[in-house]
Amino acid sequence: MEVTLNKNIESLPYLDNVKLRTRMANLYYNKFQALRNVTLEIPSHAITAIIGPSGCGKSSLLRLFNRMNDLIPNTRVTGDIELDGKNIYEKSIDVVDLRKRVGMVFQKPNPFPMSIYDNIVFGPKQHGRTNRNELNKIVENVLRKSALWDEVKDKLEQSALALSGGQQQRLCIARVLAVEPEVILMDEPCSALDPVATLKIEDLMRTLREIYTIVIVTHNMQQAARVSDMAAFMMMAGDRAGELVEYGHTSQIFTNPRDKRTEDYITGRFG
Amino acid sequence: MEIRADFHKRLHNIKDDVLVLGSMSGKAILNSIDALRNRNLELAKQVIEGDHIINQKRFEIEEKCIQLIATQQPMASDLRMIVSVLNIGTELERIGDYALGISRVVIMIGDEPPLKPLIDIPRMAEKTIDMLRRSLDAFINQDVEGAREISAEDDSVDNLYDQIYRELLTFMIEDPKTITRATRLMWVAHNLERAADRVTNICERVVFVITGKMEEIGASKY
Ligand SMILES: Nc1ncnc2c1ncn2[C@@H]1O[C@H](COP(=O)(O)OP(=O)(O)OP(=O)(O)O)[C@@H](O)[C@H]1O
Ligand SMILES: [Mg+2]
Repeated sequence: MEVTLNKNIESLPYLDNVKLRTRMANLYYNKFQALRNVTLEIPSHAITAIIGPSGCGKSSLLRLFNRMNDLIPNTRVTGDIELDGKNIYEKSIDVVDLRKRVGMVFQKPNPFPMSIYDNIVFGPKQHGRTNRNELNKIVENVLRKSALWDEVKDKLEQSALALSGGQQQRLCIARVLAVEPEVILMDEPCSALDPVATLKIEDLMRTLREIYTIVIVTHNMQQAARVSDMAAFMMMAGDRAGELVEYGHTSQIFTNPRDKRTEDYITGRFG
Repeated sequence: MEIRADFHKRLHNIKDDVLVLGSMSGKAILNSIDALRNRNLELAKQVIEGDHIINQKRFEIEEKCIQLIATQQPMASDLRMIVSVLNIGTELERIGDYALGISRVVIMIGDEPPLKPLIDIPRMAEKTIDMLRRSLDAFINQDVEGAREISAEDDSVDNLYDQIYRELLTFMIEDPKTITRATRLMWVAHNLERAADRVTNICERVVFVITGKMEEIGASKY
């Protein structure tokens, strides 16, 4: 175990603007270990992609960063998980506040069954914003940021469920932006979308990256290569899930991975 | 489980094509030197006329690489392999051009009386061709050390070139009437020297495919 750990830490790329950090993070669902000694630093104002075969622990790792795993009974976390250098699993941490700072976009667009407008103001209202003028501004601002404004500005009172899948996903991104997070976690945000909608979301991610820190889980290797600045490759061997095999700059991972297992996975020599 | 078997088979076939191109270029150099040695103008013409087949083979390889890039999104060592094949294809095609250059000189020389018995030029050609063959072996066998060694041997080709140059210079100084004939042999030697340099470029590519590093190995004197 020592060996893997040291190798892991040594091979971490040097980053001077760490937003999220895990040190020796382990996650258990009951007895099942889903993350193993994961040590990783995620830079701010960048897109970090997590790739790896199904079941290797990508979503589990992502959910660590806003304590979504807390919602699953009998989970246990060990090790350090830090946001801006502060351990987010400490007792003093307010989870509601944490999830405001670390927002999440899911695989399937999940707009609430209400109007486009209400979807967006839902979060801000929860956090005590009620001034109509202010809310209007938030709605326009985040819809512009998520590249949806022009398509919906004349039908804000229409049900969000009437939007196309790609529009719904951009609305979900807008909804996350409305609570002014610092980090956006995305778990396969494009897997339900067509290629054009996918490229739109990717483009959107590139602009959002100026302001936010983005972590994305994706099964689409080309997508990881296109959008991300950093890439982490996770693996499972037999029933051992949750090992971080390699982490580095995207340009390096996709042209010259150091670990044979990364190489084999991204060139399709094993799957 | 190999899940991109078809893609990897196509990539493998392209490597075979590179070998074919390599042997075409090598053969062209050999023939051009044979033509020089035996004053075989017919053979020289054949090399000149055959050059476009070499060019075509190179374009065919390029076309296949572009197809793979566009349709298969190659990554990591596969990507490096394809990029290197594109480069190696260019180098091999240029080696074919040097054979063409030599053959043109052979035709210019025509049936002029020989200046001197040819010794170092054929030796230079043999060395170059030997390096070429081994560089392609290193390419197929992914042999970094082999590639580095071959590259280092370029010095011996450079030394032969020096020797030839000095010798021809002596001829020209002693008897200015030999200038035309000596200059022609200089061109031949120069083409061979360039061909050997191309082989070192191929070796650099082989190192790149395997290590992912662009390194200049054995920078040539010329
Ligand atoms: N709630 C849970 N209870 C028990 N085991 C779980 C739970 N969630 C996930 N696991 C197990 O943990 C491992 C990692 O799951 P996770 O969802 O993180 O994988 P993933 O890499 O996101 O996979 P996919 O690409 O299929 O989404 C899997 O083996 C999974 O079966
Ligand atoms: Mg998942």
